[in-house]
Amino acid sequence: MAGKDFWKRHENLYFAVSNKKVILGVTVFLAIVALAIFGPMVTPYDYEEFAGRGYQPPSKEHWFGTTIMGRDVFTQVVFGLRSTLLVGFLAGTIASAIGLVVGFVSGFFSGKAPDEGLMALTNIFMVIPSLTLLIILSAYLPYRGIATQAIIVAATAWPWTARAVRSQTLSLKSQEFVNLSRISAAPTFRIIREDIAANMFSYVFMVYILQFNGTILSSVGLEFLGLGPTRGISLGLVLQNAVNWNALHLGMWWWTIIPGLILTLMIVSLYFINTGLDEVFNPRLREM
Amino acid sequence: MGRYLTRKLIIYIITFLFAVTLNWAVPRFAPGDPIKMLLSRFEVMEGGKDILESFFVKTFGLDRSPLQQYVGFWRSLFAGDLGVSISQYPKSVFNIIRGAIIYDFIILLPAIILSWIIGNKLGAFSGVNKKADNFLMPVFYFLTSSPYFWFALVISYVFGIVLGLFPTSHAYSATMRPGWTLAFIWDFFLHWFMPFLSLFLVQLGGWAIGMRNMIIYETNTNYAKYMESLGATERLIRNYGFRNGILPQVTGLAISLGTIVSGAVLTQMVFSYPGLGYLMVQAIKQNDYFLIQGCFLFLIIMVLLANFVIDIIYMFIDPRVRHSYSGEV
Repeated sequence: MAGKDFWKRHENLYFAVSNKKVILGVTVFLAIVALAIFGPMVTPYDYEEFAGRGYQPPSKEHWFGTTIMGRDVFTQVVFGLRSTLLVGFLAGTIASAIGLVVGFVSGFFSGKAPDEGLMALTNIFMVIPSLTLLIILSAYLPYRGIATQAIIVAATAWPWTARAVRSQTLSLKSQEFVNLSRISAAPTFRIIREDIAANMFSYVFMVYILQFNGTILSSVGLEFLGLGPTRGISLGLVLQNAVNWNALHLGMWWWTIIPGLILTLMIVSLYFINTGLDEVFNPRLREM
Repeated sequence: MGRYLTRKLIIYIITFLFAVTLNWAVPRFAPGDPIKMLLSRFEVMEGGKDILESFFVKTFGLDRSPLQQYVGFWRSLFAGDLGVSISQYPKSVFNIIRGAIIYDFIILLPAIILSWIIGNKLGAFSGVNKKADNFLMPVFYFLTSSPYFWFALVISYVFGIVLGLFPTSHAYSATMRPGWTLAFIWDFFLHWFMPFLSLFLVQLGGWAIGMRNMIIYETNTNYAKYMESLGATERLIRNYGFRNGILPQVTGLAISLGTIVSGAVLTQMVFSYPGLGYLMVQAIKQNDYFLIQGCFLFLIIMVLLANFVIDIIYMFIDPRVRHSYSGEV
């Protein structure tokens, strides 16, 4: 049968779609992404609009209740989720890209000048507490958009990726097929692309998931401090408003607990995908 | 041994230089001209003219070249002069920070150390016990995925508001007078508990996951299988795995210090716990630029020192580092 052949050729894919953690993670993640995509279309309200009586617990009209000012929490969450996902996507992509390039280059030229320089830079950025650096950068930028936020979050998120990719490159570099390419005088760029990068694909994918998680967590932290994008709504901002209005003391758990819970569940789901894929790519872990 | 520490020290010194330079450069080159804003705010304050004379001319030295300004900035830094706070005028930034930093130590140190130790133990337990693993792993993932401030809010809601066990903000009650009385210490402890607990729990998950994976990896290595074939007890093999797994965890601690400190900033904000993080956020709200910069600088110094301490510890627990750099092997 053609089907059997297909699975034989794509063994990793087979293990991926039959891994419980991957299935669970992908389901939850897709559900939350769907919430971000379709939520704003489904909801009859606008996130800034007065949607009904304030101080209402979750009900049929207001699925996640209303804020003290009578805004619909569900609407705020789905719009905020959109913005937060966008920032995470942009920042995660930029940070992974920087980390990959720096890691590749310094791993490939290990022990030489580019490696020493790049690793010193990496170590410096690694030590600086990123959120405080972000705070100080954001505090002095009076107008911030989603792109600005993504760039400053990414600027501090890349170092660990660079280090991890570097060590991965180092271990790949000493493999025999790389030596073979080298003695056949293949150009450096081709060795990097065909021998090293191609073999790191699975690793890069998992790095990207972790970067996405990390950048989302730091951008939500910034938003919570009121240093997110200056316009629009985001999950961090919803929570900041809730804290500013003392929502918990007023017993309005739906305003604080629900938005954060959705975010946390999304990050958990991505971790599950990541761990599941780890088991797929490293058969040794599959036994557990 | 010396070479290892020297290498590390050089990196930290460069980082410090970088941080100070950033601290100097950001307000000068950021859009919106924060310095002009500062000047206009000082002018309306009582005695503000003197401040302009003494501090601005010395540190900002707006009439001098950027290089001279930069040198002046370092000079006043070493004199312990971080400027004057605008929001708590006329207190100096240095004195404000000195009063706040104790609160950072008091929640960060126990939270970091305890969560690291307990997290590693729990992770090792989860790594060898499949039944416990199925239950504990999702919990660990949930903890490590929670944003620090949201988890702090959950803790605050459950223990502070629903159960009413702990006060939800500040370091001690307004009616209390600080002192070594039993009543004050108890009050202080009650206020301290929730910020500590939320920092502790969020970190716990990460350490446990790391150690669990290390143990699974180690028990599959050749040496572990060899020991097994010799008839060593499972407990002994596990202990060897634990000792090997602990090294990457120490490195991991050094790497995540920055994140933890950032988490503490957010946690303090939720509980209005008056450490550097809370101070910094208040300073941002009031555009108190000197105070923001002072907090930033001290947070970085804290992280650098902690990193250095971990490097020294690492040297003692990893014989390879000890020997390779002292030439004993």
